Amino acid sequence: MARWSKQKRKQALGTTLFSGYYGLFLIFIYGPMIAMFILSFQGRRGGTSFPMRGSSFYWWQKLVEPSVVGDMQGALLRSLILALIVMVITALFSTMLAMAFRKRFFGSNVLFYTVMSGLMVPGILLSLGLATLLREVGIPAAWWSSGLGVHVVWTLPFGFLVMMAVFNRFDVSLEEAARDMGADEWTVFKEITFPLILPGIVAAGLFGFTLSYDEFARTTLLAGEFNTLPLDINASMTQRIRPTLFALGTASTIFSLLMIGLFLVVYSILYRRTH
Amino acid sequence: MGQVTLSNHPGLVGVQPEPTEQALPNASSRRQRVEGFPVSWLVAPSILWLLIFLVIPLISIFVFSLWTSTGYGLEPGFNIGNYGEYFSSEGFFDPEHRNFLKISVFIRTLGSTFAYTLEVMVLCLLTGYPIAYFLARRVTSFKWQMALFLVCMVPFWTSYLIRAVAWLPMLGRRGLLNSLLLSLGLIDKPADFLLYSEFGYTTALTQLYVVLSVGPIFFSLAKIDTDIIEAARDMGATGFQIFREIILPLSLPGVAIGMIFIFVMLMGEFATAVVVFGGKTSTVGTVILNYYAIANYPFAAVNAIMLMLAMMIGVVIILRLVNIRKEL
Repeated sequence: MARWSKQKRKQALGTTLFSGYYGLFLIFIYGPMIAMFILSFQGRRGGTSFPMRGSSFYWWQKLVEPSVVGDMQGALLRSLILALIVMVITALFSTMLAMAFRKRFFGSNVLFYTVMSGLMVPGILLSLGLATLLREVGIPAAWWSSGLGVHVVWTLPFGFLVMMAVFNRFDVSLEEAARDMGADEWTVFKEITFPLILPGIVAAGLFGFTLSYDEFARTTLLAGEFNTLPLDINASMTQRIRPTLFALGTASTIFSLLMIGLFLVVYSILYRRTH
Repeated sequence: MGQVTLSNHPGLVGVQPEPTEQALPNASSRRQRVEGFPVSWLVAPSILWLLIFLVIPLISIFVFSLWTSTGYGLEPGFNIGNYGEYFSSEGFFDPEHRNFLKISVFIRTLGSTFAYTLEVMVLCLLTGYPIAYFLARRVTSFKWQMALFLVCMVPFWTSYLIRAVAWLPMLGRRGLLNSLLLSLGLIDKPADFLLYSEFGYTTALTQLYVVLSVGPIFFSLAKIDTDIIEAARDMGATGFQIFREIILPLSLPGVAIGMIFIFVMLMGEFATAVVVFGGKTSTVGTVILNYYAIANYPFAAVNAIMLMLAMMIGVVIILRLVNIRKEL
């Protein structure tokens, strides 16, 4: 009996230590972002580091004035449109792929590894290869063509893995029942499969949207004439760094967090409805 | 059950051999039926997309690495000399023999990129593993487990570049870390070694990539059957023994996947080197971009090919050390 309680106490001590470490870890991964957030409210005369010299919305206002930050609004709009297109294509392609992978087929292994290599190939290599190729062929690069292309290569494996996991736990008998009752393939998909995998499709879309919205390396050489938001942020860093950059970073991060929240809410509503 | 003969089944696509009477009710043979949409239609768009935007660009890097630079563009050819220059620049086969026995500057860059990568991989593993362990084995409520895990994963869905920028106010001479150290009395004047230094660089990289190690390790740890651990404990194993003999080996596939992921991303890293290290070090990524900027495409391509080669070797080594097949 005594040994049992001793072990319990040891366990409790361990859990406390781990919780403390988890707290430190959160400070480590969120601390810099929070510091940036606070500094974006730096006073007019303040610089890019602490201490705060008063507080103001001065740098946030500068963000909205179009003349100062260049084409920030345009870049934001392009990034949003691009992210939405990538989201739709990722959700669509990964669903189709995962449906195909429910059966073994010729070349399925090769295809699996090709999709997965989208995760492994560094963005700089894709950027270089496609940019040089387009240059040789004489097609100009643009965020909505070549940029879109490499973004989907990056987001597709995530969506694909999500959908594979969804179909792994999928109850085939529901579809078979519908087929046995004479439903054709489209009806089976529309009435049975789609509603059941919809939460998964939303999760795949989340990866598509957020990863594209934040992608920098893959767009570096492929955005063409007009910048996406990460490229714009990168460009603004070649000038003197001002708290405006922190305001921009904070705004962009808050937007990302809102999108993640939105996706999670939609996901949990759909998930509860299907289960 | 209502019998539908296979040949007039409305969902059936393509020609199927008529099954024998006994085979029809058998569950395993029912799986063999051609069901769902035709595979070729499902995979065609993705294959086409991956060909255009992944396979062909990678092949063309190799082709371009053999072409000749004209100073403003490319000339088709089979110029092995690009690779010769890669290995010899300022180095071994220097025609003037001035730097004889000195390793080529490009190989040195590749080497330093690899050294930073290795250092950050170890740091990510050491900081990330306890977090994954805590979430998977110590948090007992599933709801809390998922919530705390999501909190760790959120940074992965936010901008990597902005997170790198956020390190600037932390590391500077008057940054938060310096103020903290000063107020704690650990140093008496602001330290210079934080921003634009190796320390700042590796710290920032660890913070940027550590979430990628937490995820896979968490999943492989969460999969471990609690009964095995209970059994070991009943037989008198100490906590450390349980960890060394059961938990650690079973988590290795997750560790390997996380490490592969971090390895390839760090090898291709270039933005953080500019933002946090002030461009003081060159990675293979920055070298590639520099050569692209001066329109020396073959040389950018040679560097890219050598990077790819180094990455493949690294991944193969990790796969040799750990068998991740069980995990997939």
